[in-house]
Amino acid sequence: MTDKKVDEETGVETTGHTWDGIEELNNPLPRWWLWTLYATIIWAIGYTIAYPAWPMLKGATTGFLGYSTRAEVSEDIANHNAKNSALVAELNAAKLSEIDPNGDLHRYAVARGGSVFRAQCSQCHGSGAAGAKGYPNLLDDDWLWGGSMDAISASVKHGIRNETDDDARYSEMPAYDELLEDDQIKAVVEYVVSLSSAEFDQTLADSGSVVFAEQCSACHGETGLGDREQGAPNLKDAIWLYGGDRETLEDTVRNARFGVMPAWGQRLSDEDVRAVSVYVHGLGGGE
Amino acid sequence: MTAPSLYAPREPIFPKRVTGFFRRMKWWILVVTLGIYYLTPWIRWDRGPNLPDQAVLIDMAHRRFYFFWIEIWPHEFYFVAGLLIMAGLGLFLFTSALGRVWCGYTCPQTVWTDLFILVERWIEGDRNARVKLHHAKWSIRKWRLRFTKWTVWLLISIATGGAWVFYFTDAPTLLRDLHNFSAHPIAYGTIACLTATTFVFGGFMREQVCIYMCPWPRIQAAMMDPDTITVAYREWRGEPRGKQRVEGTGDCIDCMACVNVCPMGIDIRDGQQMECITCALCIDACDDIMDKIGKPRGLIDYLALSDEPAERAGAAPKPLLKHILRPRTILYTVMWSAIGLGLLYALFVRSDIDLTVSPIRNPTYVMQSDGSIRNIYDVRIRNKLGVERRVHVGLTSEATLRIDIQEDDRTLEILIPADTTVLHRVYVTARPEDPAASLAQTELRLWIEDRETGARASRPTSFNGKVVK
Repeated sequence: MTDKKVDEETGVETTGHTWDGIEELNNPLPRWWLWTLYATIIWAIGYTIAYPAWPMLKGATTGFLGYSTRAEVSEDIANHNAKNSALVAELNAAKLSEIDPNGDLHRYAVARGGSVFRAQCSQCHGSGAAGAKGYPNLLDDDWLWGGSMDAISASVKHGIRNETDDDARYSEMPAYDELLEDDQIKAVVEYVVSLSSAEFDQTLADSGSVVFAEQCSACHGETGLGDREQGAPNLKDAIWLYGGDRETLEDTVRNARFGVMPAWGQRLSDEDVRAVSVYVHGLGGGE
Repeated sequence: MTAPSLYAPREPIFPKRVTGFFRRMKWWILVVTLGIYYLTPWIRWDRGPNLPDQAVLIDMAHRRFYFFWIEIWPHEFYFVAGLLIMAGLGLFLFTSALGRVWCGYTCPQTVWTDLFILVERWIEGDRNARVKLHHAKWSIRKWRLRFTKWTVWLLISIATGGAWVFYFTDAPTLLRDLHNFSAHPIAYGTIACLTATTFVFGGFMREQVCIYMCPWPRIQAAMMDPDTITVAYREWRGEPRGKQRVEGTGDCIDCMACVNVCPMGIDIRDGQQMECITCALCIDACDDIMDKIGKPRGLIDYLALSDEPAERAGAAPKPLLKHILRPRTILYTVMWSAIGLGLLYALFVRSDIDLTVSPIRNPTYVMQSDGSIRNIYDVRIRNKLGVERRVHVGLTSEATLRIDIQEDDRTLEILIPADTTVLHRVYVTARPEDPAASLAQTELRLWIEDRETGARASRPTSFNGKVVK
């Protein structure tokens, strides 16, 4: 057929289509471009056969190559664990307080402990370990049950005031609401304020000191320095777990506090407990 | 009438051999650019025992880029970004001044296609022989020629793909491993992929890559204006074309020399075209013919389209410099130079020891049991030398502050292995009676110093106190 229609203006062949006198020019695409399109279609079909793709009633086709991202991740994790197995064994055998702070084992324990902390501990102690009201700040140098590597590791492993671990740290402050008169409570609160603050009522505090000596000194110590054996807080320092204002202190004295922490030894592997202990010890307050 | 096909097959192009000034220049550029590409990975550069001795090396695994005496770390990627911006602006500058010189002379697609056409001509002969061979039936001779040509192309392609991977790891080691079949599969995969693209793009796609795949021909229009010097045909001198003997014809004798040498398969006499890569081979071809027929050269020439009215009127064109020096090119040059000078400055003030400080803001401060306030900083210290160094950490501030390093015994010294970064937690503490403890913010500067070499660096940061309301 030689009846090619050519647009006079441009000299380009037309497709023969005309709309309102406007002719459609035919500037053809290169043929290889079409082949490339077909090639990608064939590739796509092959790909869906080789790799997981088609959704079925139950799951999707697995593909001839048997590839799955999940399997790859599992394999990566397994490889990772295998690579770290020597360090894990070393961590489990080491005496925590004697780990060289500049060594590989310490670096590994801190890295592993950090991820355990973010997953398991941050809900109460905060992702930055700064704690919250009732949940101790782990960055400072004040410790209820001790800040040595062994003390921290025991707290993590057995927990505090829980009912699942017989070795959990335990102590209980009485609720003095029923045990003391209102003015005695006010007085002892004033005395506690006087231990760490310069602004207090001297006469009230003096009468409070008598109540303190009778009721509180057994646990908090005669001078209010606390007792780590019983998890009794130091009342002379600048740090308050629940708050150091008179109102909060009165609430604490009347109703007592009973902070609980799970026994992580029952939930985590030994190496995780050890790693997170090293991590917490290294946060700034470790002793 | 049947509908015309919407898809066009590629029209084969058989560029004829040409000699002349531009062809000679292009051969030189081909030798130099290919030489740089193939040989650079083999240049050695001694950096001491702990660092690689390859002059140009992109070490992905260790996150380092080595360029002779310069070593770039990932945080200095702005150098690469700056160089890319300079490359972009340079391309703008050259295009606005001289048209598509990049396309015509130095683009890898052009250079390799040139090389492939050279091989083609050596094996199959010049244009006429190749046209004949193309139309000939498949015979033993045709097979032999084609097979030889493809083999040489393939060897060039393998060398091309092969050279690429040498930039990414120690070249002599990799070459040995490649021969032992013990190199990383990625090396073989990369070589295979680049071999295939070189073979196909240089041997078979050629001008199709420029016309249909490359975005640059479309972008260049924005960079060019009538003052741009570009390859063009002096139509006012050449037309009407025809035999010399005929009265009233122009200088163009319609010999088709310019068309026959064109690697893009176009006719420059049709005017500016998107396909034209300004390789200037038509200039050489036409000048040759003009010499033969005793007419002045330059019927096809580098010229600015804005000179057309003057030339038509028989006047002299504007001098070259007047075309090139105009606000746009000056602006591009200024921008290009400013970035270049900035990068050079950054390169020379760079220290071989460096730190970054990120203050921990969760929490903003820590209250200690004695009432003092502590801030925590993550300090990353980089030792860019090939030797282990001991650095001393300190601070300067108008306030009284104490500095400690986590798990440190008050030496305030940190040991950094060769060519690495270390992360340390640094504590800064203000006693309760110091003003910094109760101020919202106190400025301070953390310092590191290598007391052996005297090299030091510092970063400003701030200290958060506990504001008592």
